[in-house]
Amino acid sequence: MATIEVLGKTLELDADGHLARLTDWNEEVAQHLAAQEGIPELTEQHWAVLRYMRSVFEKEGDAPSIRRLTKESGVDTKTLYQLFPKGPAKRAAKIAGLPKPKGCI
Amino acid sequence: MTAQTTLQTQAATTAPPQPIERVSIVVSRGSLDGVYPGLILANGARMEGIEATLFFTFFGLDAILKKRQDHLKVATVGNPALHMPTLLGALPGISALATAKMKKEMEKLDIPPVGEFLTMIHDAGCGIYACRATVDMFHLKPADFIDEMDAVISVGQFYEKAAGGQILFT
Repeated sequence: MATIEVLGKTLELDADGHLARLTDWNEEVAQHLAAQEGIPELTEQHWAVLRYMRSVFEKEGDAPSIRRLTKESGVDTKTLYQLFPKGPAKRAAKIAGLPKPKGCI
Repeated sequence: MTAQTTLQTQAATTAPPQPIERVSIVVSRGSLDGVYPGLILANGARMEGIEATLFFTFFGLDAILKKRQDHLKVATVGNPALHMPTLLGALPGISALATAKMKKEMEKLDIPPVGEFLTMIHDAGCGIYACRATVDMFHLKPADFIDEMDAVISVGQFYEKAAGGQILFT
């Protein structure tokens, strides 16, 4: 199984390269994952998206759709794509320490 | 087969497939079930960081006409997958009923109505274009279109925009 090193700790990854365990995630890990995805600094808006995605995942077992994300997190579609330019669905879930979203929307 | 071509064939089969970087999606039909697949493909592409362009032609143009886009219907005649007798499908109100039911199911899956979906797709950075020949044929004016429509383009311009990517016809 693939792993990454963050601050001296070895974290396991799933087949898609996302964190294998929800509990391995914290703010330092998120910064590290963001840097890997080409986002040098996480702003307050990034955090709003990441925290919202994690809260939905903890309750429902899957990341929210983009439509719901933009309606409920307070970050609109245009901003969301600026925050995660290489595709918000996969990238934001990866940085949030969640598995790849299952939904199509 | 020569040794060289064998080697080339092996190289071609062992190289990992290249990820898709751009798609141009043609929407040519104007029924609800004719329009949604293209929209879902375009939105899904942007979600994955794939560049996307939508090109509406023929009856597909209804999806970007202000007065029509939120009144698209499911075809209940000539649609064997609905498993409905043809004569029943032709009765007044049946298409509206099937449409209402499908829209309800889509809402459950968080699939937006056509108008909202196109705004979302456009905000996500997908270009939205109308086919020049169809616009001329149906005598449509700029005011008939939704604000998200970027331009009316010819088939030649469509191919220019599609350069280097995949084209999907729906």
